[in-house]
This record gives sequence, structure tokens and C-alpha cells, in this order.
Amino acid sequence: MNSLFPSIVSRSQSSGLMNFFVPIISIVLTLITGSIIFVLLGFDPVYALYTFFISPISSTYGISELFVKATPLALIAIGLSYCFKNNIYNIGAEGQLTMGAIFGGGIGILFHDTNAFWLLPLMIFAGAIGGALWGLIPAILKTKFNTNEILTSLMLVYVALFILDYLVVGPWKDPFGYSFPKSRPFSESGRMPLLFDGLRVHFGLIITLFLIFISWFIFAKTIFGFQLKVSGYSPKAARYAGFNQTTLVFFAFAICGAFAGIAGLAEVSGPIGLLYRDISPNYGFTAIIVAFLGRLHPIGIIFASLVIALTYLGAEDAQLFLQIPSAVGFIFQGLVLFYLLGAELLINYKLTYKKLL
Amino acid sequence: MNLDLILGILQIVLIATTPLVFAGIGELVTEKSGVLNLGVEGMMLVGAVSAFIILVITGSYFLAFFLSILSGIIMSGLFAFLVLFLMSNQIATGLALTIFGIGLSSMLGKQYIGTPIDGLSPWFFVIFSFLIVFLVSYFFYKTKAGLILRAVGESHNSAHALGYSVIKIRFLSIIFGGSMCALAGSYISICYAPMWQEGMTAGRGWIALALVVFATWKPERVLIGAYIFGGVTILQMNLQALGLRFPGQFFSMAPYVATIIVLVLISSNKLRIKLSAPASLTIPFYKGR
Repeated sequence: MNSLFPSIVSRSQSSGLMNFFVPIISIVLTLITGSIIFVLLGFDPVYALYTFFISPISSTYGISELFVKATPLALIAIGLSYCFKNNIYNIGAEGQLTMGAIFGGGIGILFHDTNAFWLLPLMIFAGAIGGALWGLIPAILKTKFNTNEILTSLMLVYVALFILDYLVVGPWKDPFGYSFPKSRPFSESGRMPLLFDGLRVHFGLIITLFLIFISWFIFAKTIFGFQLKVSGYSPKAARYAGFNQTTLVFFAFAICGAFAGIAGLAEVSGPIGLLYRDISPNYGFTAIIVAFLGRLHPIGIIFASLVIALTYLGAEDAQLFLQIPSAVGFIFQGLVLFYLLGAELLINYKLTYKKLL
Repeated sequence: MNLDLILGILQIVLIATTPLVFAGIGELVTEKSGVLNLGVEGMMLVGAVSAFIILVITGSYFLAFFLSILSGIIMSGLFAFLVLFLMSNQIATGLALTIFGIGLSSMLGKQYIGTPIDGLSPWFFVIFSFLIVFLVSYFFYKTKAGLILRAVGESHNSAHALGYSVIKIRFLSIIFGGSMCALAGSYISICYAPMWQEGMTAGRGWIALALVVFATWKPERVLIGAYIFGGVTILQMNLQALGLRFPGQFFSMAPYVATIIVLVLISSNKLRIKLSAPASLTIPFYKGR
């Protein structure tokens, strides 16, 4: 006879199979919980789940929108994986995104009546610099002043948002904008080229895929990637091997900040086309979930970004057709992360039933 | 400056700082037991919205606060289950709790935005916030149970070897933290504002987390830290109201910048942080059955 409750036993080696299955388990559990929530709210769960997860992507336009939302999420998440692999908890990507949008968008506003091939590359470069500089602040505070990066990077989000607010109601306000808090529109050559006519999916997707490929190469094939991984697994081993932790922290924050900055610039020069207050529906925070759900692996992050992007679209449709507030999307995102973190137990531990007799 | 004005400002500072004290002291107890819960902001929001909704429906202040604290217990109980029994990463789980709380509170509160309520006088809670800090301090340094809780936070293996239930003590500490955060949230939506608005805690949960570091994990210092932050917040509001020729956004960011500066000043003394932080903070406890 076996005992009723399983006991948790440590694995000698983490399970590769479970590493693959845990994200899938957590998505399935989220869907089950989601249907229960819909039933409790008084909806037919099949119809609600269809509205949430199928109907948003049942048209070409819908699929294009999925990629529009997944682009910033995947780009920020791959940047975050440089930090998270090394146990650096940068949770201020939203601020780095905002700073990237300010730097890159600032160039766009400065050259609002210029049409030249160099404008967009310059904006992208400025966006990367802005995000990287904003990311370097917590890196410096962590390495030089021993300050917890979780709190400083998060506080800097608020600071960046107030700076953006100041700019769009103050010096960068559109002089022809009827005093709305928004900037001049960028010129045509300051916009991300669209990939297909009539669809909003833009060149930012190509940039994202390119940077994900580069990151895969760095993680898998370079010493730097190896150092990141080792100092994440065992800081002692990394110190013994002579890896410079300060340099690693600086690089991780700078790369993550630059990626988030490019994501922010891609948003304002892609779908939006100017600067205003609400440039990001929490992409910087949601990307944290994408990074974990993708298990910090480039391929995993691509799939995870599509899944989480779907929760954004589904939430919009749910509000439109079911009159459920779109915040339900954040609930799904929170749930999927809860299940993922809980199910991670299966990677390093196994459940066994002790024999009682 | 006349006396009335000074007293008036002092009153506003007391009223504005109280939620920071509640959330800060709750998180301090959780961290003292060796668990870092980054879900403060989420628990405050859910506490704020549930208190508000229940007040609108039942009209009872008692039920509003009581059930709001219950919501804090449920939210932190969820967190406790994940980090204690499933040994999940505390930092990621806390973030998940905040994201979940932001979503849940704005979904539940959607139809209550702009609903008018009669606010409750804050003074009972202002006094209670001082009292709870001294009670926690007394508990930590004058009672055996407090000593055990601190021992669990310093070295869970030693506490376990001495026969104390690490999981049970941590569970209770997390639950206490959750109820305090929910109380802070309900105070904001019922006494301080009084109204419901999405994301109305405006980062106070994160400032409360910073307060614990500022206080170097000592209860009375949470009070000092909270009043510094509360003072800065009210000062910037008053300066903004004076209509100086200086953009308001730079005043609004002052509390967040001040938090960063204070954190840097406190943390740059590496030894002090190392000596005051609970040694088992964020490390999961695995009994190795």
C-alpha cells in the first residue's frame, strides 16, 4: 500500500524532459483555471475561451496583430534573459523601454521634416543608447554601492515615465496638436517600414528575430555566454574561475537596457508614430513572464511571446464581445506565471509515493 | 509661518504616511522569517479594491476592513503555498503576485471607478500604525516566539534541528505581512483617498519594500523611514501647489528618486547590510525527506 500524499525527493540532476513540459503544463492549467473563472462570471466557457484565444487570431489581420504585440515582448524578454541567467533581477525594463522611446523618439521629433535613409537607423541607435544608459544606473548602483537592483530598477520606471510625461506636455508638445499631450508625428522615413500592405506588423519583428539569433549564438557559443551561465548557477565557481562579476553585471544590464530601448523605439516609430504618455501597455513587466515562460531560452522565448501576446489580444476581444474588463489579460498572465513557478518543482524534484507496508 | 499651517502639514504627513508604515512593518515581519515577498503592491491593490467594493455593497466599515484583510491572507497564502511547499523562486513568485493583483484589482474594481463613498476618519489607523510597530518590536526582542521567528530567518537549518517548524513559522509570517498590506490598501481606498482608481497605490508597495532595507530590518526604523518618505511626498505636493515655475513632474518623481538615494546611502555600507539582513532571506527550505 502506498501513502496517500506524494513526498518530494530531490533529483540528482535536473530533468531535461520536465524543462520542456513544465511551460506546457502551466499553460494547460491556466486554461482550465480560466474556464472556471469564466463559468463563475456566468459565461459559456467554450464560447469565452474561443473569444479569448481563437477568434483574435482567426484572420490575417489578427495574426499580424499577434506579431505586433509579440515583437516588443520577445525583444525585451531576450534582453532580460541576459540578466536572469546571471541571477540579476532587472525588473525595470519598462523604464528602459520608455527611455529608449524618449531618446529615439527625440531624434524623430528633431528631424520631423527630414526624409532621409539614415533617420530610422539613427533613431534605433539612439533608442538602444537611451535604454542602455537607463539600465546602467542600477548596474552602477549595484556594483559600486551594493544597492539592490530590484528596487532601484523599479523606481527608475516611475522616474522615466514622469520624464516622458514632462516632455510630451512641455517642450516636445506638438505645436499644432490642440494642446493634447503628444508630440509631433515623425516623418515618413522615421517610421518602421511595414512588412505587408494593410497590416501593422513592422520591421521591428525582423530586428527582434535578428537579435534573438545573435543572443542564441552568444549564449550557446561564446565565453561570455558561458560566464553568464556559470555565475548564475554558482557564483563561487565563477569567482574561483576568475570571471569578473562587475563586468558581467554591467554587460547584462547594458544589453537588456539596449534591447528594451529598441523595443520602445520600435513601438513609437512602428504602430504609434509619435510620442505620448501611454506608449506601452506594461510590455516591460509582462516580458518578465515571457522570459520565465520561455525558460530563458531563445526558442522558448519566441513561443512564450506569442502565447502572452495572445492574452493581450484575447483581453481586448473579451472586453469587446463579453464586456469583461481587459484587465483579465493580466490575471491570465499572473496565473500562467504562478503555475509555471509551482510546476518548476518537477524539474529539480520528483514526487514519489512512499510504501507504507 | 504660523502654527496652524505647521500643524496642518503635520496632520497631512501623518495621514499620508500611515499606509507605508502598515505595509513596511508587514513586509519586515515576512522578511525577518527569511522570506522576501515582492507582492506587496499587488496585495495592497487587492486589499484596497475589496475593502472599497464591500463598503459600497454592505455599507459596513467593519466588514470592509475585515474582508479586505481576509483578501490579504488569501493572496499571501497563495504566495506562501508556492514558495514554502513548492519551493518556487521567491522573487519571481512575488512579481507574479503583483502582476496578478494588478489585474485582479482592476477587473473587480472596473464598475466602481467614480462611485462616491463616505470616507472614514484616519486617526484610529494613524495611532494603530504606531502601536503595531511597537508591538512588533516588543514581539521580536522581548518574547520567545519572536526570538524563534528571527532564528528561522537567520538559519532555518539550525531552527529545524532545534525542533521548530520552519514552514509553519514562515507561513504565519507571510500571512501577517499579507494582512498588513491589505490593511494598508484598504486604508488608502477608504480613509486616505477615499475612492477607487486603478493602480491607486502608485508604487507605495515598492517604497514599503525599500523601507525595510532602509530600516536595516529593525521595526522602529520603519517608522523613521516612512515619515521621511511621507514628508518628502507632502513637501513636493505643497511645493507643486505653490505654483513655482518648475515642471510638476520633477516634483512628482521626488519620492522615487529619494528612495533610490536613501537606498544607496544605506546599502553602500556592505558590512551593515550583511549583518542586519536575515541570513536565510530568499533561500528556500528543503527538509530532504
